[in-house]
Amino acid sequence: MGALDIDPGVDRVDVEAVNKKENRVLYKKRTKIHPKRVNGTFRNLKWWVMIVTLGVYYVTPWIRWDRGPGAQDQAVLIDFPARKFYFFFIEIWPQETYYLAGLLIMAGIGLFFITALFGRAWCGYACPQTVWTDLFIYVERWVEGDRAARIRLDKAPMSFSKLRKRTTKVAIWLVISVLTGGAWVFYYADAPTLAMDLITLDAAPVAYITIAVLSFTTFSLGALMREQVCIYMCPWPRIQGGMMDEDSLVVTYREDRGEPRSSYKKGSSWEERGDCVDCNQCVVVCPTGIDIRDGQQFECITCALCIDACDGVMAKVGRPSGLIGYASLSGENRRRSGQPSGVRLFRPRTFVYLLALAAVGGIMLFALLTRSDLDISVLRDRNPLYVPLSNGHIRNAYTFKVLNKSSDQRTFVLSIEGLAGARLRVVGSEDLGESATPYFTVKPDSVHTLRLLVSAPGELLVSEATDIRFLLKDLNANKGAINDTVFRGPKK
Amino acid sequence: MSDREIDEHSGTETTGHEWDGIRELNTPMPRWWLTILYATIIWAIGYMLVYPAWPLVSSYTKGFFEYSSRAEVAKDIAIAKEAQKADLDKLATASLEEIRTDADMLEFAMAGGRAAFNVNCSQCHGSGAQGFVGYPNLNDDEWLWGGTLDDIHLSITHGIRNDDDDAHQSDMPAFLKDELLGKAEISDVAEFVLSLSNSSTDAAAVDRGAPMYKENCADCHGEKGAGNAELGAPALDNKIWLYGGDKTALVESISFSRKGVMPAWGQKLDPIVVKQLTIYVHSLGGGN
Repeated sequence: MGALDIDPGVDRVDVEAVNKKENRVLYKKRTKIHPKRVNGTFRNLKWWVMIVTLGVYYVTPWIRWDRGPGAQDQAVLIDFPARKFYFFFIEIWPQETYYLAGLLIMAGIGLFFITALFGRAWCGYACPQTVWTDLFIYVERWVEGDRAARIRLDKAPMSFSKLRKRTTKVAIWLVISVLTGGAWVFYYADAPTLAMDLITLDAAPVAYITIAVLSFTTFSLGALMREQVCIYMCPWPRIQGGMMDEDSLVVTYREDRGEPRSSYKKGSSWEERGDCVDCNQCVVVCPTGIDIRDGQQFECITCALCIDACDGVMAKVGRPSGLIGYASLSGENRRRSGQPSGVRLFRPRTFVYLLALAAVGGIMLFALLTRSDLDISVLRDRNPLYVPLSNGHIRNAYTFKVLNKSSDQRTFVLSIEGLAGARLRVVGSEDLGESATPYFTVKPDSVHTLRLLVSAPGELLVSEATDIRFLLKDLNANKGAINDTVFRGPKK
Repeated sequence: MSDREIDEHSGTETTGHEWDGIRELNTPMPRWWLTILYATIIWAIGYMLVYPAWPLVSSYTKGFFEYSSRAEVAKDIAIAKEAQKADLDKLATASLEEIRTDADMLEFAMAGGRAAFNVNCSQCHGSGAQGFVGYPNLNDDEWLWGGTLDDIHLSITHGIRNDDDDAHQSDMPAFLKDELLGKAEISDVAEFVLSLSNSSTDAAAVDRGAPMYKENCADCHGEKGAGNAELGAPALDNKIWLYGGDKTALVESISFSRKGVMPAWGQKLDPIVVKQLTIYVHSLGGGN
């Protein structure tokens, strides 16, 4: 590495972008990237994002939430055996997975929205691939040193010291990977219990298998494949082009200011040349190993580390910062024509995204606030459609499910509307005669299934399908549920 | 090969094929691809050794693992049975009435009964127990041999007109075949039977048939056609007919009699399963 020094104290690194246009071939061996450490605004922002996201990921399963005696007390829990999802005060049953659909829609539109505003901000800051890769690179740097030291170590023949460094690094990576996979399973079972079971080897095999699989993916994707995932595996770089427009803020090299680039000696004139001192610092800090000065390219995850690197260099050589910065295409055009560049965050596209986001969020919030802790589902027997009885009555049978989503035992009374002379009977209880209404109790947090027989005098039926309505009332609360269905009889 | 041709641009061998000046490169398969191919071949050989693979004349190669999917299923069934043991034991000791009035036992028995019904009974009675001509509908409240829990249990256990000693037996005469009544007389009796459910259209024939009915039929079927479950004599005073309720079907029934049969399931099924079936059939809605 012939470091050609630029005064004052800026390393000029002899390096090429891994995706340099002239060297592009269809099949190419991976060029190992050794991202250099950089300090600055965006690096600090990324550290904070990493702390928050990893913190949320690792800590969430351990938060407790009191739901009363005997109930699950984990704040966020996906309880597969009981088929329930707990999220703090929300408890979702399988019948309500549309909340999940709503969340996914919001995540999708949210991604579009952020991309329209700030380009691939998701990729650069919050994507798990980025966060874990950042963490793994941090460990690598901590064990093996910064870029130059790592390149030296790669080239050095195997020695005790190299072996020790490599082993330490991989060992820490593995610990992080196992912890990552390990944290995942705590979302699916009571965390403290599972943690003890995992240690005493009493946990279910699926827990160990899940941890093993996720440890493997974390290690291979985060520690080994890194930027290859973003470039070759992830569909998002291909999709994002459609999400951005000329007003989206993306990491941009201000070519008109930087070019013509050349090395700079302290004291020499800035006339007749660009601000770019061609130190390649923006290339060596890049986690995907590209050169932002080649323009916008799909390998760029807009992590903004080149901005930090360039701003540092500009400060040293005494030029204004922002040679590389967040800018939009239209803003750049305005700036070049001498107008204030400005930032247009509010424009039809972002407005529509915001509106869609608010609409879905509003609907979900409304559904959540008006969510009933009582639900019924009624399925009429279709085989046979109806049963003629010896006294000339016609009978239909219904499978009746009552979902009691509250934590109290409840007693319900059932009645029917719309059927003349209707008689209800619940299989297992006595026939209560005409006009009597059956009642039954449902245990807390459970689904009660019963077979309901409805009969009516055949001569009172006016058509072969009579619209009827079941009314279920909670005896002790002013709550209830209704279900509209039909009562079938012979052709009239 | 001596006449090997190397493409200048790519440095790759060509196949020697040429079409309109276009020559085909003989690009080797990627190493990773070949590696996977060989790995799958080795895997397949190992698979053939450890798992059942080759058919032999009267058997097959069992493989080192001695694996059999049938044995796996048997194991799963045994595990499932073991898991249900507590519930099954409860059913074994509880009376039918106790099962019917206990919500948990009822749910368990109905589920098991439905499964057993689908396997053993649905072929004749239909998957919804709706019945067909000659096979009673089990949803309605008309029962040949009684619709209480005990009656149903007895019918399932011993069946009808089979070689079980306790099977239900009933023997209606074939009035035409046995030359007990003439064709015209049978027609009149049939008309009278229709009148019991207010379906007759020929008042004169009803009057002619009445005395013959009283003499030949009323002993079993009752004066007003109420039927008699003790004797397996169906009620004739409603519109539920096992073999059809039009006059032709009635004439056929009176002339040649009907002798439906049902196996004695007590000989084939576990007593607990018979109990579950009883509960299920009773719960269909017609049980008394």
